[in-house]
Amino acid sequence: MTAVETTRLEVQDYSLYYGSFKALDRVNVKIPSQQVTAIIGPSGCGKSTFLRTFNRMNDLIPSARTEGKVWLDGVDIFNMDAVDLRRQVGMVFQRPNPFPKSIFDNVAYGPRMNGLRDKTKLGEIVERSLRDAALWDEVKDDLGKSGLALSGGQQQRLCIARALAVAPEVILMDEPASALDPIATLRIEELIRELKKQYTIVIVTHNMQQAARVSDYTAFFYTDESRTGILVEFGNTKKIFTNPEDKRTEDYITGRFG
Amino acid sequence: MKLTRTVDRTIRYLLLGSALLSVFIVVLIAIFTLIEALPAFREIGLVDFLLNPVWHPLPDDPANSEFGILGMIYASIIVTAGAIILGVPLGIGCAVFLAEIAPEAIHKLVRPAVELLAGIPSVVYGLVGMVWLVPLIRDLFQVPDNQGFGFLASSIVLAVMILPTIINIAEDAIRAVPESYREGALALGSTHWQTIVNVIFPAARSGIVAAVILGIGRALGETMAMVMVIGNSTEFPVPLTANPLTIFLARGRTLTGNVVMGLNYAAGVHRSALFATGVVLFLMIMLVNGMARVIVKRWSYKG
Repeated sequence: MTAVETTRLEVQDYSLYYGSFKALDRVNVKIPSQQVTAIIGPSGCGKSTFLRTFNRMNDLIPSARTEGKVWLDGVDIFNMDAVDLRRQVGMVFQRPNPFPKSIFDNVAYGPRMNGLRDKTKLGEIVERSLRDAALWDEVKDDLGKSGLALSGGQQQRLCIARALAVAPEVILMDEPASALDPIATLRIEELIRELKKQYTIVIVTHNMQQAARVSDYTAFFYTDESRTGILVEFGNTKKIFTNPEDKRTEDYITGRFG
Repeated sequence: MKLTRTVDRTIRYLLLGSALLSVFIVVLIAIFTLIEALPAFREIGLVDFLLNPVWHPLPDDPANSEFGILGMIYASIIVTAGAIILGVPLGIGCAVFLAEIAPEAIHKLVRPAVELLAGIPSVVYGLVGMVWLVPLIRDLFQVPDNQGFGFLASSIVLAVMILPTIINIAEDAIRAVPESYREGALALGSTHWQTIVNVIFPAARSGIVAAVILGIGRALGETMAMVMVIGNSTEFPVPLTANPLTIFLARGRTLTGNVVMGLNYAAGVHRSALFATGVVLFLMIMLVNGMARVIVKRWSYKG
C-alpha cells in the first residue's frame, strides 16, 4: 500500500431528505483514491442512499433534496452535468441487471453512448473490460449470446465489465454479491481487490466478513428510532474491526445488533 | 361442508359453460358467414372474386353482374396504411411521453383523455370527419375531382380512432420494462433520451409491435366512420393526377363499407358476395392478429 493517499471523493456536511424525512444527517468523509471503502451498517441506515449520492442516482427520486457538498477530484458534483458525472462514477447494482442484449452489446453500450462507432476499437474495449472483470475466458467464444443467458455471478461480472468499459474513476457497488452464491461471491471479492489497482471503489455491504476481507477503509453508518442515518465512524478497516472508537461501532461489529 | 362443495362445483361448471359458450358463438358466426358466402365463391370463383377490380352488381341482370373485391382490398389497405403512418408515430410518441416523461399531474390529465377517445362512438368520429375534415381537405387541395371525401379523410379519422389502442398497449409495454434496465443505463451515463431509444424501446419492442398490429386490426375492421368519409365509390381507386400521392384524395370503398352499403337491397349472388367479403375481412384480421401473436412470442426476450 502506498504511503501517500489522495482523496478522490470528499463529502462535507451532506444531508439528504425525502420530502420532509431526513434520511442522512450531515455526513463528513474523505474517500481515498484507489482504495476500497466499505459502507456498513444496519438496514435502513441510509447506506445505499449515501452510495447513490456519488453518481446522483438520487436525482431520479423527485422528492429527494440534498444539503452540503460533495466533490469528485475537487469538483462539486452537484454543479456537474449528471450524465458526465455518471461517466466518471460507475455503478454496479445489488441484482445483476444486464440489458436484454448480447454480451458484446452490453459491454459496448457505454462507449457507444459516448459516440464510439469504430468496430475495432469497440472490440478492444469489450475484450479489455471483460478481461478486467474476469469474465473473458468464460464468454470469449460466445459474445453474441444474450447477457441474460449467463449465470447470476457471470451476469454480475458482465455488469462490472459494462461499468469498466466507460473508463470511470470510481466504481460504486451496492451489495454486489448479495444475490450470488458463495463461490460467485468469492470471485467478485477477488475481482474487487484486483480492480482497486486502477479504480476507487466504494462498496455497500451487509456482510461484515466481506467488508473486512475486501476493504481498506470502512464507514459505519447507524440510525436510531428517528430513522435518520448518520456516519458514526470512518477509518482504516483493520482499526474499525479490531479497535473501534465508538461503542455503537463495536456493538455492531461484534454482532450485538443489526 | 357438502353444500359449499356443491356450490363450488356448480360455479366451476357455470364458468366453464360461459367460456365454452363464447367459443361456440365465435365458431357459429364463422360457420354461418362461411355458409352464406359459399354460393358466391362457387359462382364467382375465388380467384375472380379476389382479383377482379370491378364490382358491378346489377339486380335485374345477374348474368352481367361483376363481383370483384380487389378494389376494396386495395382501399382497405390504403386507409389502414395511411392510418398507421399518421397514428403510429403519434401514438408511440404519446405512450413514451406518458410512461417516461409526463409528470404525475399531466399524466392524470392525458390518460383519461385517451380513454375517452376510446369511448367515443364510431359514428361521432364519422360525423366530425364529414362536417369538418372533408370540407377542409376539399378546400386545402386544389386538385380536379377532389371532393374531400376519400382516403386522406378516412386515414386521418382512422388514425385518431386507433390512437387509444396504440397508446394504451405501448404505454403498458414501456412501463413493463424493469426499472433496473433504466437505472443501469442511466448509471452508465446515458441521457434519458439515449436510455429510451437504446434500452427501453428494444426491451419493449414486442409490446410496441403488438400495439401497432392490434391498431392495424382495429383499422381494418372499422366500418361506420369509414362509410361516412371515404366516398364509397366502387371504382378501383387511382390517383387523381399524375402525382401518385393524389391517390389519397381518391374515393374508395373498404371491405367493411362494401358489406354495409349493399346489405339493404342485395339478393342472390350479390348478397352471398357480401358475406364472402366478410369472410375475406375475417381472414385478414385473423392473419394480422396471428402475426401479432407470433411477433410477441418471438421477440420477447428470454430472461
